[in-house]
Amino acid sequence: MSDSTEHLVKSFDTDLKRLRDMLTEMGGIVESQVALAAEAIMNRDTNAATRAVEEDPKVDALEREVEQFVIRMLALRQPMAGDLRRIVAGLKITGDLERIGDYAANVAKRSIVLGQYTLPYPLTGLAHMAEMVQEQLKTIIDAVGSNDTEKAVEVWRSDRVVDDIYNALFRELITYMMEDPRNITPCTHLLFIAKNLERIGDHTTNIAETIYYAVEGEVLPDTRPKGDSSAYAVIRAKE
Amino acid sequence: MSATTASQGTGPNFSSVQGHGAATMNPSRLAIRNLDFFYGDHRALKAINLDLPERQVTGMIGPSGCGKSTLLRVLNRMYDLYPGQRATGQVMMDETNIIDAKVDVNSLRARIGMVFQKPTPFPMTVSENIAFGVKLHEKLSKSAMEERIEWSLTRAALWGEVKDRLHSSAMGLSGGQQQRLCIARTIAVRPEVILLDEPTSALDPISTLKIEELIDELKHDFTIAIVTHNMQQAARCADQVAFFYLGEMVECAPAVQIFTAPKQKRTQEYVTGRFG
Repeated sequence: MSDSTEHLVKSFDTDLKRLRDMLTEMGGIVESQVALAAEAIMNRDTNAATRAVEEDPKVDALEREVEQFVIRMLALRQPMAGDLRRIVAGLKITGDLERIGDYAANVAKRSIVLGQYTLPYPLTGLAHMAEMVQEQLKTIIDAVGSNDTEKAVEVWRSDRVVDDIYNALFRELITYMMEDPRNITPCTHLLFIAKNLERIGDHTTNIAETIYYAVEGEVLPDTRPKGDSSAYAVIRAKE
Repeated sequence: MSATTASQGTGPNFSSVQGHGAATMNPSRLAIRNLDFFYGDHRALKAINLDLPERQVTGMIGPSGCGKSTLLRVLNRMYDLYPGQRATGQVMMDETNIIDAKVDVNSLRARIGMVFQKPTPFPMTVSENIAFGVKLHEKLSKSAMEERIEWSLTRAALWGEVKDRLHSSAMGLSGGQQQRLCIARTIAVRPEVILLDEPTSALDPISTLKIEELIDELKHDFTIAIVTHNMQQAARCADQVAFFYLGEMVECAPAVQIFTAPKQKRTQEYVTGRFG
């Protein structure tokens, strides 16, 4: 609500805008990292994989920059209420974005290894998951720029679907491994890739929660079911 | 909006967090109900409802002319001295409406003490400054008076600095010391409520912090209301904060809520510096 009126100290508004710009810039890079990583798996594109990995230092540097900027604002502006929430949110969002970047880079690295194997099955589930995660990430980065809580809630709710796909994929990959031990190495990589995508979804959801609190001053209810049940899955080989 | 309903926010639950800025309020010591105040024809306070919780600090914030100092003046009937100024409504302390003309102002002020913006020591010695008020209300032996002087100076965190100069003029103390002397003078008559009207606005930052530390100490025994222009000070000192604007109380809630997630747009704009 504080966006409707300008701050009496204009440079404070400039600082707040700069923080938001830094976050959307960082979000943009991370988004492209995830896109490149997805491309790398689907198209066996080593070039895309390398580019995704190469973006990582940029993201790390931006994270440090945001952190320092936030500390500076806390010390010099002593923000209150909506400003305080947004500035602290900036600190949290930058951390989530950095993690997303890391997961994307890890997916890209694994895709390079995966390139050495012939996969006996299509990657439809994984492709679908990657698409969904990218869509959510894009929406949430838009929401960071526009303080759009409706979008944030939308993303927050849709993470369940990503979790469901992940759980299905987990079982599918285990089955392939049981069918033929030669599948173990590529399937393990695919499992990690799926897990990384699922984690990206989780961090995207974190950002959604953070935006909601920053804008509304209230926390989203803690009712979103945690969807990754693979931790409890037991799959038995046939006797 | 009354203090009791306002404090039940739906925001993040900080009540489990230990330490300063308690989210739960003690029972009310002063209950202000439907209070109006007039400077002649000008209605300076409009239907104020506010509870001052016992042994907690209520911060009052708002732009100049919003009525916060007026409210403080009403609470110990400072306006009695001025013709044309009047208050209607209730300020209940126990079963008594203290703004009722029948209530004796002198004994009221012994129960509700006030400290002003500028230190106002009397042109007397340090100990005479303390004894002066006490003598109006109590007849103490010499030794009992000495004890009372030491007690109040100790409670006001000034004893160590003035114990060797009790009989020198209070005018020789620094600004911060003078203000703590005024606080000592106020608590010497053992009031129940202490009203602080911008008590640190004339002090340097270190003296300010000493007063704030003192407020933290004093709230164990006294109910405190502090008017301040310094938002950070309200954040540091107050358990609950009331925001005033144009003679109305816009919002009253635990300090942590006012400064992290106020409910009212005008509060939000004021505490973030967007008031125009």
